[in-house]
Amino acid sequence: MTAILQVKNIHKSFEVGTVNENHVLKGLTLTIEKGEFVTIIGGNGAGKSTLLNSIAGSFLVDSGSIHLAGEDVTRQKTAERAKHIGRVFQDPKMGTATRLSIEENLAVAYKRGKKRGLSLGVKEKQRVEFRERLKQLDLNLESRLKMEVGLLSGGQRQALTLLMAALQSPKLLLLDEHTAALDPKTSKMVLDLTDKIVKEEQLTAMMITHNMENAIEYGNRLIMLHNGQIAVDVKGKEKQQMTVPDLLELFHKNSGNRVSDDALILG
Amino acid sequence: MSIILSSISQGLLWSIMAIGVYLTFRILDIADLTAEGSFPLGAAVCASLIVAGLSPLLSTFIALFCGMLAGVVSGLLHTKLRIPALLTGILTMTGLYSINLRIMGKANVTLLGKETLMRTVQSYGLTSRMSVLIVGLFASLLVIFLLYLFFNTETGLAIRSTGDNEAMSEANGIHTNAMKIIGYMLSNGLIALSGALIAQNNSYADIGMGIGTIVIGLASVIIGEVLFHQLSFAKRLLTIVIGSIVYRLIIDLVLQLGIDPQDIKLFSALILAIALSTPLIKKKSKFKLKQAIK
Repeated sequence: MTAILQVKNIHKSFEVGTVNENHVLKGLTLTIEKGEFVTIIGGNGAGKSTLLNSIAGSFLVDSGSIHLAGEDVTRQKTAERAKHIGRVFQDPKMGTATRLSIEENLAVAYKRGKKRGLSLGVKEKQRVEFRERLKQLDLNLESRLKMEVGLLSGGQRQALTLLMAALQSPKLLLLDEHTAALDPKTSKMVLDLTDKIVKEEQLTAMMITHNMENAIEYGNRLIMLHNGQIAVDVKGKEKQQMTVPDLLELFHKNSGNRVSDDALILG
Repeated sequence: MSIILSSISQGLLWSIMAIGVYLTFRILDIADLTAEGSFPLGAAVCASLIVAGLSPLLSTFIALFCGMLAGVVSGLLHTKLRIPALLTGILTMTGLYSINLRIMGKANVTLLGKETLMRTVQSYGLTSRMSVLIVGLFASLLVIFLLYLFFNTETGLAIRSTGDNEAMSEANGIHTNAMKIIGYMLSNGLIALSGALIAQNNSYADIGMGIGTIVIGLASVIIGEVLFHQLSFAKRLLTIVIGSIVYRLIIDLVLQLGIDPQDIKLFSALILAIALSTPLIKKKSKFKLKQAIK
């Protein structure tokens, strides 16, 4: 087993020196092996998004270190880390460029982590590949390559973002509640698609979700965050056999707290 | 008829400036006021070099290059020093005022009796009016063609993506600051090129000729957008040329009506205000129409 991601003792605070000072990540340590599909749950303010943003480089951590595929990326900017990371955001508007066409968005993602020169942005060879990939989505997007992405629905855009994130087989796929803004049916479609892509491309992925059942159903490892630290970490058989009550019990045992966030239980 | 022809020729020369404004304003989503300084910069550089004896074509290219440099300065101030875009433009344009004076050595430089691109074309046996039209047409179409090619390259896509969605672009490994600097550079290069052409057409460069550049540029862009919406990139550039010509026609018409030329900036501002508020007015009147039908 090789470690794709090594997060060591990271701390992150926001609005330091003000009354709103918020110490979110408190010495979090985490290692993720190749091929793991980790679902992450936790209440509001537990640090789920902060953890993902720290890994992606949206901001630098206050202390600790982050290694991606053996490389120390702690001080690297987002654009530099992007060669290892594919990303889907919570807001469907975040993951695609609205005024660019479907094929142009895919072409931008196609060059992730590579040098961009003065050759044609969308090549005919790529178009063939894009059509092939879009067919898998079953959303009839393959016939609308030239369509502006701004005209697509939220679900279509999230599916496209997912495809873009997986296009260059990233070492790590980060999914930040990427189905939270969708209706239940579309949400299920995007989740199943996520599962399919992760399995087919044998990706290593981290997926934040607000829904305990989803966290249990998908992936092969489950992490529950509490107060900026890991409260529950289960994988393999233990995770497969887990139920929501089991998870709540385990969380209570490990953290000494009851889960108080209704949204998390009712999901 | 001759007035319309002259408006068209003028509009073509000014459209290159408007396209420059479009690159920052719409593609990068930045309101860049550097235009007010880079436009007279192009004029000053070109006029001074022609007076010094350089060929008009070479002088025009050097003016373009100087405009690109001005753009890089603004780009660096905005991205590396994180100065807000509006202030960045004000800083560069203020600094350029002194630089433009230095370049010309005085408040204006005349090109009367000197060789210009228009006079070169005229020497092939054309009327002066036709020669302006030809220079304008050739320059604007060449600019549009080159921009169309560039913005469909990998780097061009990256610039458009940066202006559209910065977070997504970074997540896809695009160095957004570098893309913005390139955008600033191209934009102000084109604006200076337009300044150089206008100076040759007017036969003078003047320190005050940059005042209102941004208003004219935005008015042309918005008129183009109001007249034709939802278009692809190349067609959009063409509509800016049309917007620029329409704007010229309006101004020339107003002048024909006997308005004092010193009031013309006020009219420019009014035209832009009207053009900018059209989408809202359209929406409201549509709403009222719906209400009336009910």
